Amino acid sequence: MLEFKNVSFKYDEDDYKMLENLSFTVDEGDFISIIGKSGCGKSTVFRLINGLEKAEKGEILVNGISIEKQKNYSAYMPQKDLLFPWRTIEQNICLSMEIQKKSRSQMHEKAEEMLKEVGLWDYRNKYPKDLSGGMRQRASFARTILSGCNLMLLDEPFSALDSLTKISLQEWLLEECKKHNKTVLFVTHDVEEAIFLSKKIFVITDRPVTHFEEVVVPLSDERKREDMKRGDIVELKESLIKKLRQEGEA
Amino acid sequence: MRKNIPALILAICLLALWQGIAMIINAPYILPTPVQIIIRLWELRETLFLVQLPATMSVTALGLVISIVLGIFLAVIMDMNKMIENALYPVIVASQTIPTTAIAPLFVLWFGYSIWSKVLVTILITFFPIAITVYDGFKGTSREMEELLITYGATKKDIFLKLKMPQALPNFFSAIKMAVPLSIIGAAIAEWLGAQSGLGYFSKRMMTQLDGAGVFAPVVLLSVVAMIIVGIINILENKIIKWRKEL
Ligand SMILES: Nc1ncnc2c1ncn2[C@@H]1O[C@H](COP(=O)(O)OP(=O)(O)OP(=O)(O)O)[C@@H](O)[C@H]1O
Ligand SMILES: [Mg+2]
Repeated sequence: MLEFKNVSFKYDEDDYKMLENLSFTVDEGDFISIIGKSGCGKSTVFRLINGLEKAEKGEILVNGISIEKQKNYSAYMPQKDLLFPWRTIEQNICLSMEIQKKSRSQMHEKAEEMLKEVGLWDYRNKYPKDLSGGMRQRASFARTILSGCNLMLLDEPFSALDSLTKISLQEWLLEECKKHNKTVLFVTHDVEEAIFLSKKIFVITDRPVTHFEEVVVPLSDERKREDMKRGDIVELKESLIKKLRQEGEA
Repeated sequence: MRKNIPALILAICLLALWQGIAMIINAPYILPTPVQIIIRLWELRETLFLVQLPATMSVTALGLVISIVLGIFLAVIMDMNKMIENALYPVIVASQTIPTTAIAPLFVLWFGYSIWSKVLVTILITFFPIAITVYDGFKGTSREMEELLITYGATKKDIFLKLKMPQALPNFFSAIKMAVPLSIIGAAIAEWLGAQSGLGYFSKRMMTQLDGAGVFAPVVLLSVVAMIIVGIINILENKIIKWRKEL
């Protein structure tokens, strides 16, 4: 689905490399979390995938094709909801479809289905200012799904939410991704969130980033919140936290 | 409505004060009382409303429309191209140091007493705040929102239509609200300096006849018209921009 081949990258403003010879693959249908400490380059990886930055060296492939040769292959959901304040919720979630020049009736039909699914149907004609933080993230998620790409890049979508809203949205997100059969890359600071959501976790431990340390999460697709208390999961959590902290001290 | 009451009371007090002082001075050719002005306004209603006001308003309207088109055009091309921005911005700012009232007679020299000499003065005063305010609105767009649109495959045109334009809309309204009184001032100054009709011209003519209330009447009329137009724009703005956070 997604493949990095020996990718190196450096911001023009910086004098050090962010990524060096980074290679990794993501399979179709995977839910993968990327963790690492602040400033280690997680968002940079996303910017490379969605084409906002160009790799200095190496190649990025989506579905076996170089990203330079295609459009609309990935859907990016930023940390802030970035809903346009002058658009109603319905108009907001239609944004990507408008840019893809979909027909009005097609947009309307898809928007209706999605609004009902994310529980915002009653709010379709409201403006973002009238919604709570959790509702706004759901709207932002709906907008991301409606871009129609199978590869979703979610950059700390829940980090600004209170913990209760966060928990319910995590469960909701798992359902949604399964239902739409999306491949997800999910950046987070929260180790527990990463374990609960993902099949695999990529841990960033070095600088410049040369590899991801891959950790497989021993939980089934039918995971429950209670599973988080299991001995092996608690251990996994501790070891991940330790890894991140070690790197912080180094 | 309720929150306007203090302002209304203050305005009435100031008018009463004016009335009092003017009655004490008792020199209506210098300082007429508000009541005298209103009476004069009524006496002169035919020429003021049917001849002079339409003349001034056509200058104002023409100047305003051209300024809006020109201002927005300048804002758009400066936003589109860095080179144009670097070339134009300083020139536009410098144009504001031109003492308009001093060069207005030149326009009369070039264009005679035609409407264009007055329209030119109006444009010179009005286009600047429009260009700069709208331009600021374009520049104020969020980089992150722009990038989000780019990840959806948006073209420059998409970004302009879907992000920059709606983003700059409140700025556009503030610009217009600033521009309306300015364009009226511009028109009145131009008429004062050289014209054969219009409220500015009429006010000046009354001056030569030492008719104080006659000088004030057109000025009061202009102020009221400006207030009404700005009020209408406010209502329009609140109708169109519903998405703003209530303060
Ligand atoms: N546009 C940019 N130009 C130059 N340097 C940048 C730019 N964006 C990020 N950086 C630098 O690159 C480094 C990595 O940034 P990045 O946003 O990828 O980190 P991150 O892992 O997402 O961090 P966080 O968890 O805080 O979001 C940071 O040190 C940052 O200062
Ligand atoms: Mg980041």
